[in-house]
Amino acid sequence: MSLSRAFFAVIRRDLVLALRHRSEIANPLLFFILVITLFPLGIGAQPHLLQAIAPGIIWVSALLAAMLSLDNLFRSDFDDGSLEQMLLSPHPTTVLVLAKIIAHWLVTGLPLLIVAPLLAVFLGMPNHSLGILLLTLLLGTPVLSLIGAVGVALTVGLRRGGMILSLLVLPLYVPVLIFAGNAVQMAGSGLPVDAQINILIAILLMALVLAPLPVAAALKMSIH
Amino acid sequence: MRTKSTYSLEGTGLSCIRDDRVLFEELAFELVSGQILLLEGKNGSGKTSLLRILCGFREPDSGQINWCGDHVKDSQFHAQMAYVGHLDGIKKELTVLENLRMSVALSHSGRYSIHQALSKVHLQGYDDILAQALSAGQKRRLSLARLLITENVLWILDEPFTSLDRQGIALIETLMTEHCANGGMIVLTSHHDIDLPDVDVQRIHLS
Repeated sequence: MSLSRAFFAVIRRDLVLALRHRSEIANPLLFFILVITLFPLGIGAQPHLLQAIAPGIIWVSALLAAMLSLDNLFRSDFDDGSLEQMLLSPHPTTVLVLAKIIAHWLVTGLPLLIVAPLLAVFLGMPNHSLGILLLTLLLGTPVLSLIGAVGVALTVGLRRGGMILSLLVLPLYVPVLIFAGNAVQMAGSGLPVDAQINILIAILLMALVLAPLPVAAALKMSIH
Repeated sequence: MRTKSTYSLEGTGLSCIRDDRVLFEELAFELVSGQILLLEGKNGSGKTSLLRILCGFREPDSGQINWCGDHVKDSQFHAQMAYVGHLDGIKKELTVLENLRMSVALSHSGRYSIHQALSKVHLQGYDDILAQALSAGQKRRLSLARLLITENVLWILDEPFTSLDRQGIALIETLMTEHCANGGMIVLTSHHDIDLPDVDVQRIHLS
């Protein structure tokens, strides 16, 4: 099946590129860790306060780390003409674009998931909410990459798209932040969080199906 | 193997307006297998714009392009064309081989294997070299190698001879002649005058 071959080839290529360009992985992750470690220093010796706002801190940092990494998604491909070649491919652009987004998540979202439990313990989050925190990150960070891709695709042709990108993308990140933050908070107090998790799953599925379409269209628009 | 003269590319009434400036109007051409269309004209006369319209990156402001009689959007056009533009589409952090493998994966495999194509463009032995270590001319030859390894009929080339030395130019001219002899067709822009005695070359002068 040559479409699936193209799909996995794009993922593999982007992972190889990320490995040869380690700062692409390290930057968002380092940012995530730094922001979270600075909070206890700024707040001082108030463990209860820190514990109460820990879900918010982790999620806001994850969101900003995701934003920081967005520009890499299409920038280099746009600059060296690989994007043109991708759009000329007989395979549907939406599928190739989805492959790029998945690779982007593997490079920037997945590492956050791995260090998050450690940082949560560091902020004094109760152990029983760690699972829910991981689950919300697992469901939420791919949404950040998917929605962010739409914004990047729209702004990649602009010289200084950074500011517009954040204005475009941040409001769309808010629902994820609200439901994910709330779920972790509730889990901390031992309340059921099925509703929030279900909504996050719904958002993820919707973004997975709908985001690649505007991304492909916006890239075609940016390229000319 | 494809038979000759089964493909045609036809443009009618094409015009392109950029920033209130008319680049070209009522442009028409017809190209069939085995022919080359050479676009001439000074800088900024719309050669690249016309190529990008052919590729589908831009919409023409009026007119239509047909591939084998059908509108390009309703035809197999994108599976049968290959484009090498100003930007060479090469990832400099990938090796020569990885770059070409990616091109094959994005398209369908063509007449030559990757190794055959590399020796055709005199890059044999460079398989595992990172593309950033190549010289400008070698990069250009690498991006032209893409034309050989993917299945295609129409080559769209924007200044293919840039940064190539005299041997490189002769090499590409040989490849172009060969492609046309096999029933392919080429649309290109070039500042060099091309020297292809065996091929039917049409010229359009944009001014």
